[in-house]
Amino acid sequence: MSAAGTTPSPQPHFADAQCPPLRGGEGDSFLPEAFANWFASRGWSARPHQLALIERAAQGKSVLLVAPTGGGKTLAGFLPSLIELAALPARRPRELHTLYISPLKALAVDVARNLETPVAEMGLGVRIETRTGDTPASRRQRQKTLPPDILLTTPEQLALLIASREAPRLFKNLRAVVLDELHAINNTKRGDLLALGLARLRALAPGHRSVGLSATVADPKPLMEFLAPGTELVRGAAGAQPEISILASDAHVPWSGHLARHAMADVLDAIRRAKTSLVFVNTRAQAELTFQQLWRLNEDNLAIALHHGSLAPAQRRKVESAMTRGNLRAVVCTSTLDLGIDWGAVDNVICIGAPKGAARLVQRIGRANHRLDEPSKALLVPSNRFEVLECEAARDAVMAGELDGDRLRKGGLDVLAQHVLGSACAAPFDADALYAEIASASPYKSLSRDEFDRVLDFVATGGYALKRYDRYARLRRTDEGKWRVAHPRVAQQYRMNVGVIVEDPMIDIRLQSKGRPTGAGGRSLGQLEEYFVEQLVPGDTFTFAGDVLRFEGIREDAAYVTRTRDPEAQVPSYNGGKFPLSTFLAQRVREMVSKPETWDVLPEPVHEWLRIQEWRSIIPKPGQLLVETFPRGAKQYLVCYPFEGRLAHQTLGMLITRRLERLRMRPLGFSANEYALAIWALRDMGGLDMAKLFDEDMLGDDLDAWLAESNLYKRTFRNCAIIAGLIERRFPGREKTGRQVTFSSDLIYDVLREHEPDHILLRATYEDAATGLLDIARLAEMLARVRGRIVTKRLDRVSPLAVPALLEISKEMVAGEAHEDILREAEESLIADAMRI
Amino acid sequence: MTDDLSIDVNGETLVLDASGAAWWPEQATLVFADIHFEKGSSYARRGALLPPYDTRTTLRRMAEAIARRAPRRIVALGDSFHDRDAAERLDDGERAALARLGRGAEWVWITGNHDPAPPSWLGGAIVPEIRLAGLLFRHEPGVFFQPGEIAGHLHPCTTVTRRGRSLRRRCFVSDGRRMVLPAFGAYAGGLDLRDPAIGALFEGAFGAFALGTARVYAVAGRGAFHSMRRKASEESQPNAIAIATVESP
Repeated sequence: MSAAGTTPSPQPHFADAQCPPLRGGEGDSFLPEAFANWFASRGWSARPHQLALIERAAQGKSVLLVAPTGGGKTLAGFLPSLIELAALPARRPRELHTLYISPLKALAVDVARNLETPVAEMGLGVRIETRTGDTPASRRQRQKTLPPDILLTTPEQLALLIASREAPRLFKNLRAVVLDELHAINNTKRGDLLALGLARLRALAPGHRSVGLSATVADPKPLMEFLAPGTELVRGAAGAQPEISILASDAHVPWSGHLARHAMADVLDAIRRAKTSLVFVNTRAQAELTFQQLWRLNEDNLAIALHHGSLAPAQRRKVESAMTRGNLRAVVCTSTLDLGIDWGAVDNVICIGAPKGAARLVQRIGRANHRLDEPSKALLVPSNRFEVLECEAARDAVMAGELDGDRLRKGGLDVLAQHVLGSACAAPFDADALYAEIASASPYKSLSRDEFDRVLDFVATGGYALKRYDRYARLRRTDEGKWRVAHPRVAQQYRMNVGVIVEDPMIDIRLQSKGRPTGAGGRSLGQLEEYFVEQLVPGDTFTFAGDVLRFEGIREDAAYVTRTRDPEAQVPSYNGGKFPLSTFLAQRVREMVSKPETWDVLPEPVHEWLRIQEWRSIIPKPGQLLVETFPRGAKQYLVCYPFEGRLAHQTLGMLITRRLERLRMRPLGFSANEYALAIWALRDMGGLDMAKLFDEDMLGDDLDAWLAESNLYKRTFRNCAIIAGLIERRFPGREKTGRQVTFSSDLIYDVLREHEPDHILLRATYEDAATGLLDIARLAEMLARVRGRIVTKRLDRVSPLAVPALLEISKEMVAGEAHEDILREAEESLIADAMRI
Repeated sequence: MTDDLSIDVNGETLVLDASGAAWWPEQATLVFADIHFEKGSSYARRGALLPPYDTRTTLRRMAEAIARRAPRRIVALGDSFHDRDAAERLDDGERAALARLGRGAEWVWITGNHDPAPPSWLGGAIVPEIRLAGLLFRHEPGVFFQPGEIAGHLHPCTTVTRRGRSLRRRCFVSDGRRMVLPAFGAYAGGLDLRDPAIGALFEGAFGAFALGTARVYAVAGRGAFHSMRRKASEESQPNAIAIATVESP
């Protein structure tokens, strides 16, 4: 299907001259002459959805525009503003007319640049500026008093703007807010922050309208609610159906693993056949390895580059600009390139590993060919047998136009605390009015007054039952009963800590020449998580920035490495998939497994694998959970197949092993992947009452006991404590050198949990973990779903379906979080060492 | 407890308690270092409203160690209070709990850089250092080696890495001639063993003894203990944060 009738009408982003004309629509009457002429001069005519947005804007209505990439969506968002601004006298007071917010700094800059073209060509005299973390402080200050007509910025900058004293004046006459890539930010903590900012804008500028721009989503209603009350929906024309192929040879499909080594020659072939390819992988480590393997085979020296978030910014910019110039044949990248910047030249998308969600797949496919009328081409490369199923399920879903809907999160209480503090920084506030305003933001519509009051209490004095901190309060009541900041330092701390992205502590990686003393300077290659670097000993090799590197040691605040000739790195830095399998896709995979009549489409090895499973064990029916037990070596195994994603399986594994311990099964460890959970023990678990073992009551005391000591949970607490403003962020480069005593948030967690387990920050942590790192919500749904529908099979040996799970054991084993074991082992090895003659 | 780990320092045998205290059976003396009462409220004063319960947790842990060992004498190795007016910020309950603590035992409060003058109502002796049999108790390890020195001040910590997981724990450090105790306070931070401030104290080999849940483990050190996997840097602790300012130990 092509857009708007018979003539194809590519309008890539909005400034590309190669577009054939389109027949004028009836709605052209909404278009002022200057604009109609401009469209005509480019050989375009306005799209129906662009006109629809102009019409709604004239009526003062808020609109959500859902359209695929390449539909002239961004221009549609700005047209009404440009038309309104063009009608204003050239000499006018400087006031902010339109505020544009994008989740990506780079996108804001890119859109601003693209917007300059029509503005210049029509001679509109509209001032356009960006405001990001990179904008010089002097300009940011000036923007508050002498704003441009259109300001393009990010959610964090919006939070800072509304927390400033100038906010009422700055936003008083704001006419429009444009939110880009809304589907990518809604339902995240940044979305919470943005929703609170929008609620404030509604109070500061009651007359403004909102425009939301979104890729195709399963259910637009949450986005409409997010945007503004009374938002209307406009849909752009659908693009051409993508062409999705799945690379799965009949000869060989690996049992397990995530690297798809077997397929690299084919991937390189696909790159060779296309003009420019994006090769998506799911983790940074996978990006490194894929890049390396491609280059090992790349005899034609095709220009293949690497792009991921840990590389030094300068290096990323280099790749991006080479891409824009069309100098690259392929970029191996992670989700850093999922969104945003338009690279018209990309005509081929390759996804290595399973897509994890249908919407993510659509998004990635959309990166190829920003032209509506031509099908985007994508190649999926499953790296193991389960992923073949997942790729098939994802392709079916995309072709059927079905997408995964997200489970809607409640707005984070930690984000709320940050916003409450920011509100006080702008001006003293009335608690009733602020509560009403916050409850108008969709993520907080179910926030109770009691929760709000507890958050306010937390911001003011820490919110502790033991009222010790009144004299150190950060907020105080004024004589009229309003809340104000107690000290200018509080506002300063707020500005330093604004935002909801908490990075793992990172460490610089510096490359030095061989033979020089470690630490004697070197070029920065980028940054790696400290927890990864911590595991290395000098001499270990690992891949980073496309090279195999040898770890030399850490000096001060950087890790020093040298190049090595070793073709293979010793230390794999693979940490499993970053994105959990979506609930929607999981269900489709389960269905596919449960229906043998659908197996015909699968490659022969996969088909055979399932057939043997059917014969040797059981193929679970829809809705059933299969639990197998069997002996292997000296150990007894229990393997189940919930297909609920690694995070939920990991939590299930932690809880079930606790139970097995109590049942004296002597569990030794477990491993979880996206599809299955495998547990091994000394005793045979086949005789257990599985209904009881998988009973939902594990989410009570067992969960509670585990949370007390879980590292993942403590990490969630740390993030919440930083966002809520209890503790400050660590800023790279601000750490003092020399002897330093650091003080872990774990200590705070332990003390708070002991004395006030119901504290609001612990509640925020639980809610965060339930949908985040521990995925408790999903686990709970699964346990409820399989109640009374568990089928068990005792086997004398491993089943075909269990093989992938067992193969991953050595790589992804989680031996509980038995801290004492680590200490004991360390002591034993020390003794062994000492006793060696 | 059969699992007790003990080491000899200058000829005196000390039992390393899993709480971080050192127990000297011969003299029925229990030693705590760097208790840092009211560190939480000290941070609150500067705007970080940390849970105001650190003193209670610390008191509970001290009471448990005292009940376990039943000492005749208790030595606090300095920095018992996080700042000069920390003692005034204790509430009545905490003050009473502190007064009850080790009732009947003789208390020795050694002064530290954080608490050069602990409150006199504490009872017991308040001294800059004290020599008992073969041991010399003081807050800060001396620049010049003194046999039998038992000190705190440095808050030693060590990181143990096994099978890709790492664990950071407070630890005792000793070469058999002197010893540094781990900090005891619930909010007391840590300084990595690799820091030169710790390494400089020992000329040759030394051992590190990490606190487990119910016992202490000999895990690392230098020299004879070379199997230790060296820790990256102080900041490498996964959840480490610098609150407000860097603290000088």
